[in-house]
Amino acid sequence: MSRDVHAQIEDGGGAPVARLRDVSLRYGKVRALDEVTIDIPAGCMAGLIGPDGVGKSSLLALVAGARAVQTGQVAVLGGDMADAHHRRGVGPRIAYMPQGLGRNLYPTLTVSENLDFFGRLFGHDGGERARRIDALTGATGLRPFLDRAAGKLSGGMKQKLGLCCALIHDPDLLILDEPTTGVDPLSRRQFWELIAGIRRSRPGMSVLVATAYMEEAARFDWLAAMDDGRVLASDTPEGLLHSTGAESLEAAFIRLLPEDKRRDYRAVEIPPRPEDDGDAAIEARDLTMRFGEFTAVDHVNLRVPRGEIFGFLGSNGCGKTTTMKMLTGLLPPSEGRAWLFGHEVDPHDLATRRRVGYMSQSFSLYTELTVRQNLELHARLFHVPAAEIPGRADEMVERFDLATVIDTLPDKLPLGIRQRLSLAVAMIHKPEMLILDEPTSGVDPVARDAFWRRLVELSRRDGVTIFISTHFMNEAERCDRISLMHAGRVLVTDTPANIVQQRGAETLEEAFVAHLEEASGEGEAGEEQTASLDTVNASGGHREPQGWRRMFDPRRMISHARREGLELRRDPIRLTLALLGSVILMFVMGYGISLDVEDLTFAVLDRDQTTVSRDYTLNLSGSRYFVERPPITDYADLDRRMREGDISLAIEIPPGFARDIARGRRVEIGAWIDGAMPTRGETVRGYVQGIHAHWLATRAREAGYGEAVAGLVNIETRFRYNPDVKSLVAMVPAVIPLLLMLIPAMLAALSVVREKELGSITNFYVTPTTRLEFLIGKQFPYVVLSFLSFLLLTLLAVTVFGVPLKGSFLTLAAGALLYVGAATAVGLLISTFMRSQIAAIFGTAVLTILPAANFSGMIDPVSSLEGVGRLIGEIYPTTHFLTIARGTFSKALNFSDLHAAFLPLALALPVLIGLSAALLKKQER
Amino acid sequence: MRLANICHLGVKELRSLVRDPIMLVLIVYAFTVSVYTAATAMPETLNKAPIAVVNEDRSPLSWRIVSAFYPPYFVLPEVIDQAEMDARMDAGLDTFALDIPPNFQRDLLAGQRPTVQLNVDATRMSQAFTGSGYIQAIVSDEVRTFVQRYREVPELPVDLALRVRFNPQLNKSWFGAIMQVINNVTMLSIVLTGAALIREREHGTVEHLLVMPVTPFEIMSSKVWAMALVVLAATAFALTAVVQGWLSVPIEGSLALFLVGTALHLFATTSMGIFLGTVARSMPQFALLLMLVLLPLQMLSGGSTPRESMPEAVQYIMLAAPNTHFVMLAQAILYRGAGLATVWPQFLAIAVIGSTLFGLALTRFRRTLSTMA
Repeated sequence: MSRDVHAQIEDGGGAPVARLRDVSLRYGKVRALDEVTIDIPAGCMAGLIGPDGVGKSSLLALVAGARAVQTGQVAVLGGDMADAHHRRGVGPRIAYMPQGLGRNLYPTLTVSENLDFFGRLFGHDGGERARRIDALTGATGLRPFLDRAAGKLSGGMKQKLGLCCALIHDPDLLILDEPTTGVDPLSRRQFWELIAGIRRSRPGMSVLVATAYMEEAARFDWLAAMDDGRVLASDTPEGLLHSTGAESLEAAFIRLLPEDKRRDYRAVEIPPRPEDDGDAAIEARDLTMRFGEFTAVDHVNLRVPRGEIFGFLGSNGCGKTTTMKMLTGLLPPSEGRAWLFGHEVDPHDLATRRRVGYMSQSFSLYTELTVRQNLELHARLFHVPAAEIPGRADEMVERFDLATVIDTLPDKLPLGIRQRLSLAVAMIHKPEMLILDEPTSGVDPVARDAFWRRLVELSRRDGVTIFISTHFMNEAERCDRISLMHAGRVLVTDTPANIVQQRGAETLEEAFVAHLEEASGEGEAGEEQTASLDTVNASGGHREPQGWRRMFDPRRMISHARREGLELRRDPIRLTLALLGSVILMFVMGYGISLDVEDLTFAVLDRDQTTVSRDYTLNLSGSRYFVERPPITDYADLDRRMREGDISLAIEIPPGFARDIARGRRVEIGAWIDGAMPTRGETVRGYVQGIHAHWLATRAREAGYGEAVAGLVNIETRFRYNPDVKSLVAMVPAVIPLLLMLIPAMLAALSVVREKELGSITNFYVTPTTRLEFLIGKQFPYVVLSFLSFLLLTLLAVTVFGVPLKGSFLTLAAGALLYVGAATAVGLLISTFMRSQIAAIFGTAVLTILPAANFSGMIDPVSSLEGVGRLIGEIYPTTHFLTIARGTFSKALNFSDLHAAFLPLALALPVLIGLSAALLKKQER
Repeated sequence: MRLANICHLGVKELRSLVRDPIMLVLIVYAFTVSVYTAATAMPETLNKAPIAVVNEDRSPLSWRIVSAFYPPYFVLPEVIDQAEMDARMDAGLDTFALDIPPNFQRDLLAGQRPTVQLNVDATRMSQAFTGSGYIQAIVSDEVRTFVQRYREVPELPVDLALRVRFNPQLNKSWFGAIMQVINNVTMLSIVLTGAALIREREHGTVEHLLVMPVTPFEIMSSKVWAMALVVLAATAFALTAVVQGWLSVPIEGSLALFLVGTALHLFATTSMGIFLGTVARSMPQFALLLMLVLLPLQMLSGGSTPRESMPEAVQYIMLAAPNTHFVMLAQAILYRGAGLATVWPQFLAIAVIGSTLFGLALTRFRRTLSTMA
């Protein structure tokens, strides 16, 4: 590529872009990097090669600043990466694209919105952004797809978009972690042409790439071969070839490996296939799949004889996976038919499923089960006889070389070993056919060859039919026959040699690219690229914010807020649920939580049966609180009916009741109250006492005792704020604070944890975004949404529930604004502890419902609580907003009366956000 | 063979759960600390009710009345003047304000039946009612005792002997502890199954299951039994160790019978969890759905307020929810010591609701599976 760089490297001149000294990194017990010391040269294409799990990704993450340095020294662009100040300074000069298709993208946002977000993060103004987006998408051929959601792009396009996002701020150091893994040859070629074009217009830029493709690595300026957390050698590709005396880089790498690893390596040899017996293992006729308007698979015809290795090639998103899913019965075809072993594919045919092993593209093993548990589970589910399972598992462990990882969780394993495990799992029931969807994507050359040796053995020795899709041309060449697919159609099916010959090409890759270009008619895409790219950099570098803006730049904050808002708008279900949910819950609680108890059931055991005793009973049943049930016959009946919960109150009137009263003798009426539910019991007790007293007074007046019994003193009770003592009036203003805590907290917590789980949090790690910008940016849309929800709830309260808002609306609204800020901040604080979304949901529910519903004065005032509940109640924001809500709704108060409740609310916001910022990690650890 | 599949897949679910430390911590929290705090933090019906007295009389009798309010029912009353009264009530400092007028003692002894004014903050429903009853009784008692020293007060010789069954002290913590257990049973079972399903979907493992010789019925049943088992074990622990042990709440009836009821209830709620898992397309959606379903279930089941106080329509609708019946049977068995002869209608209702929910969830699960792949 650039000869001057080679010269520079050989001279040892020029400062390296990254300098690592004795760097070690551990994940728990696993050592990812082991005392690595290396200088990565600046201004060139530097590559990391090596098997999976040797520490390439860890090294890149350390250089990018996404992962915290544990031991050793990492200096990048002339400063120490352990120093937060330096990281903040160089952040805008580094671009990092993590491993995995579209990991740093936001799937619901469109191409232009994704780019726009990154542009804003780096402080470009509107014109600048438009120009850059135009130039970048023009160069990458993404311009026609500006309005397509990133999640709906094909793998190759996702990678291009990821690259555009990384390049939008003109980085000095571009770090790409396996950018072309899982990308088809045509897109891959375009991708590297794009990088070459950018480097031409920005010669000073350093590029650091980890790759699994040796033919790509051969074109780099400098390579470091890694194994087992160490760097084996670093040199120019020519230098590596020269020092090892190997002909290809692949061979050179294998020679660099330590003796014990090299020993097992053998080249893949494919013995010729025995004669075709004419029996078809797979047959498809006019297989078609439509998703709405879009035809994913268009009349595909296939016939794969038993024991053949059949390769399935094609650009990303051309319908390979869909075809495979139809063949396995996962997707019912829209049209056409398919047969496996002569049986028509039927999703309910469990017997045929047992004869097929399927390995899907998205890795789908149980990450919570160890390797052995995965193997055993699959053996059991495929009904391998229990006695054979251990033997079968051992056989697989041996065959796929899994002995050293047998008790490890798949998550902790490098991709290559995981793929091996997937294959072992797919093979454990000894299927007659394997359907493998890109099984070797992201697997290093050594492991890939080992994988293929196993496939060949399966096919030739055991007669297993293998239907495999791949992006590797050397793998395609090993297949007995291959199909090239594009845009849902099969272009050609033949032996690899015949395809090359027919096309008059030199290699299969050339033939393949020629076929694709012909089919898609985009041969001239390369021209436009370099031309338009030059304009990206015309305006020079980014503008670095100065002074306080380095710590808190409102533009970056707004950028995050905008993006979160957009994502929220793209998810109408979440949006409606958030708003409608509060409304429904308000109805539920408004009508449901009622403390005025009426229609309580009671029954009487009347042993007197006189007019007086009946009068007493009538006195009870006549009140609106009680409903009479059939009389009680005896004590056993009383006991039974109380146990059943049939009656809440039982009254026993003794024999001779009327007579004794008349004689002025003391009598006693017995009352039993069901205390199972204390609040109800309490209410019943109050009612009974009241009614009893009322009856006494009435009797006394009739008996002529007169005024004396009516009472010595008159107690006049005034129920203030809610004169009818209606639950609704008391509850509705209390329900609003409760709802405005639960839903906003949960939404905010999930918004952060979701990014952690799906990987886009890396953008926060490696961009100059500060913690506060990130948190406040994320919080903002939810504050707006929650405030809308508040307005809606208040409107409902006043109109539907008829609860008048007597005080100042502005005071209430101001309180609500502060409060939803605090509620979302509570969610953010919770999110800093949680890693998984499930935990976040659960945690937020537990940590908000109890304090908000029980400790904040909704039912019992805080001053009546004790212990921890009291303490939580005093500081929990709900308490204070509840005072404001009740004050304004029921007590006709305004700001001057309620300012005491505003202070804690206003304090809660900065305290909670501050805590969240302190606990949020700016780097992965 | 089918049973074996259900069993193996269920074991897989259990193993997955063991690998999720945060989940485990939350389960433990929900069935220990959360139950304990919910039980102890719930004050007795009238506990430290804040009261203030405007003592305009300043006579021996009025001071007697002031000193008649003391903990635990009331806080020691603040003696304030009339001007402060409204402001204090507005600020929510007092639930009750008792105004004793000037010359109260003199008028009383003169038989003039003076008026004491009791102001109640009626937005605090829980204290307002019972509290004002207590205050009236206390004031009347003090007045009566005071007057009886001067002259005889006639009365009718009919007493009311009140006995409270099942919870003689009307101890709220007895109730709170068990209702918290019940609420957490519902919440956990829905969260565990629903979220596990969504996680499988997001990680692509559902697709993997579908190419294996297992049926949706087996996949679903395995989740139901595994998660139900976890929650059932946690419930048994919470009831014996936390409720009976730590909180010393007496349990009247048969714990075994209650656990059978819980198992039935879990069958219904785990099915509900799966149903919600198929409706929601992402975790945030699931979270919101969960709130929407869980809160009404908890609030309207009769576990927090008596069913009698709800509008009739709500009472009928809630009969379709398993929680309502579960709360009924829990109260009957645990507090009233009822046996199967008494609670069989609830068992039957939950079984019917559970089967319906399971059927619905299975239909939906089958239908959405083809779109998941």
